[in-house]
Amino acid sequence: MALITCQDLSLGYDGREIIRGLSFEVSRGDYLCIVGENGSGKSTLMRTVLGLQPPLGGLIRLGDGLSMREIGYLPQQTPIQRDFPASVWEVVLSGFEGSCGLRPFYSRAEKQRATSNIRSMGLEDLTRRCYRELSGGQQQRVLLARALCATDKLLFLDEPVSGLDPRVTTEMYRLIEQLNRENGITVIMISHDIAAALRYASHILHIGDTVFFGTRDAYLGSGISSLFTGGGDEQ
Amino acid sequence: MTAVPDKLALYWQYPFVRYALAVGVLISLCSSLLGVTLVLKRFSFIGDGLSHVAFGAMAIAAVFNLTNDMPLVLLITTVSAVLLLRTGQNARIKGDAAVAMISVGSLAVGYLLMNLFSTSGNLSGDVCSTLFGSTSILTLTKTEVRLCVLLSVIVVLAFIFFYHKIFAVTFDESFAAATGVRTGIYNLLIAVIIAVIIVLAMNLVGSLLISALVIFPALSAMRVFKSFRSVTVCSALLSILCSLLGILISILAGTPVGSTIVAVDIVLFLLFSILGKMLGGVRT
Ligand SMILES: Nc1ncnc2c1ncn2[C@@H]1O[C@H](COP(=O)(O)OP(=O)(O)OP(=O)(O)O)[C@@H](O)[C@H]1O
Ligand SMILES: [Mg+2]
Repeated sequence: MALITCQDLSLGYDGREIIRGLSFEVSRGDYLCIVGENGSGKSTLMRTVLGLQPPLGGLIRLGDGLSMREIGYLPQQTPIQRDFPASVWEVVLSGFEGSCGLRPFYSRAEKQRATSNIRSMGLEDLTRRCYRELSGGQQQRVLLARALCATDKLLFLDEPVSGLDPRVTTEMYRLIEQLNRENGITVIMISHDIAAALRYASHILHIGDTVFFGTRDAYLGSGISSLFTGGGDEQ
Repeated sequence: MTAVPDKLALYWQYPFVRYALAVGVLISLCSSLLGVTLVLKRFSFIGDGLSHVAFGAMAIAAVFNLTNDMPLVLLITTVSAVLLLRTGQNARIKGDAAVAMISVGSLAVGYLLMNLFSTSGNLSGDVCSTLFGSTSILTLTKTEVRLCVLLSVIVVLAFIFFYHKIFAVTFDESFAAATGVRTGIYNLLIAVIIAVIIVLAMNLVGSLLISALVIFPALSAMRVFKSFRSVTVCSALLSILCSLLGILISILAGTPVGSTIVAVDIVLFLLFSILGKMLGGVRT
C-alpha cells in the first residue's frame, strides 16, 4: 500500500489551474525527485500534498498508517523569517510541535532526539547561535534538522540544495541518501539538479509541458530528461 | 520642596496609586509578551487596526452611557480581531485594505458618535483621554481593576501554556501546518490574545499609543538578544520597568501617563540600540 496516492490531481491558485490530471504514488522507502522548470508548479504541488492549500480537483490519499503529524518538511526559503530572534536550538525543537498535541513542553526524549539530529547535521557548535545570523547553507541544515525532528517516515524537501556551495551540496545529497537508505525515510524532493536527481532518486516526477511519472530507469529511457537538460549528456 | 521619596511615600497611601501601579505592571507584562509576534508577523497590521476599533467601541460605550465599558469594548475588539484574521488570511493585500477601512472607519464613526450623542461638557477632553489615555489608569474603578487583573492573568497563563506553539506558528507557519500543528486555531488564539491585550493596554496608554507599548519593548530586546526566549523575557522585564517608571514620573511630574510611559520606552530603545551596537550582536 502506498504512503501517498494522488489521483487526477488539479492544482493552482484562485481557481486558475497550473497542473491538471496528475497521478502518482509514493511507497515506503521511495526516493522521489520532482523536476521541472521554474514556475511549472513543483512547490505548489508539494504544498497541495501537504495540505497547505486545497487541490482544485482530484484526490490525495495518505495510506500505510501515515498521519500528517509524521511528515517532515523543508520549505523553499521564505524571507519572512529574516529578522526573527530564534536560536538554532529553538528552531530545531519546534519540529516536534506537530506531534506534541496540547502538551506545552518538550519531553526529555524529544530534546535528546533534537540533539542527535543537530549532531548528524554537523551543527553542534551553532546550537546557541541565532538562526538569522547563519549562512544560507547553515540555515538549510538547521531546517533539515528540524524536518528530521518532525518525522522518521517521510520527508518533503523543496530545493534543499539551492544556495549551497558544491561541497556542502554533495554533503547534503549524501546526508539525504543516508537518511533514505539507512534510516528508511521516504524522500520526496524538488530539485533543479537533474544529474543529482538521476543519480540518487528511485522515481522521477517530471512536470511541465510533458508530464512523466515512473522509475528512474523508465525516465532515462523516455528521453524526456534530455529535453529538459537541453543536451542529453547524462549516462 | 518635598524630596522625591517623601512625595512617593505620600502618594503610596492612596489606593488608586497602588492600583495604578499594580494594574500598570500586569498590563505592561501582557502587552510585551506578544511583541515579537506582532513585530514580525502579519499580526502587526491587525494590532494597529484593532486599537482603532477599540476606540470606536469606547465611543459606542460612551454613547450608551455605560459605566463599565470594558466588557463591550472587549467583545467588539475580539470579534473584529477574528474577522480581520479571516479576511487577512487569503490575500495579504485584501487584508491590509480591510484593516485600513475598518481602523480609519472606526476612528471616524467613533468621533462622530461622541460628537452627536455625548452628554459630557468636555468632549475634546474625553476624546483626547480615550486616544492618549491621559488619566484613565488612575481613575479605574474596583470592578475594572479586578477585570484587568483577571484578564492579565489569563493572558499570561495562556501565553506560557502555548508558548512553543506560538513560536512555531510565528516562526514558520507553513512548516507548522504541514507537520500537523493546527495553525488555524493558534492564529485565532493569537488574534484573541492580541484583542484582549489591546483592550487592557488601552486603559494604560489610550488607543493611539497601544502599538508603542506593545512594540517598543520587543524592538529594544531584539537589539541585544537573539533567541526567542531571551527576547521574550527581556521585553517583559523592560516593559514592566518602563511602565513603572512612566507611572511614577507622571505622578510626580504631573505628565500624562500614557505618553510618559511611551517616552520611557523610547529612551530605553535608544539605550538598547547603542548597547546592541557595542556588543556586536553575538548574544543568544
Ligand atoms: N501565492 C500564489 N498566488 C498565485 N499564483 C502563484 C502563487 N505562488 C505561485 N504562483 C504561480 O504558480 C506557478 C507555480 O509556482 P511554483 O512556486 O509552484 O513553481 P515552482 O515549480 O516551485 O518554481 P521554482 O522552480 O521557481 O521554485 C507560477 O506560475 C507562479 O506564478
Ligand atoms: Mg518552487
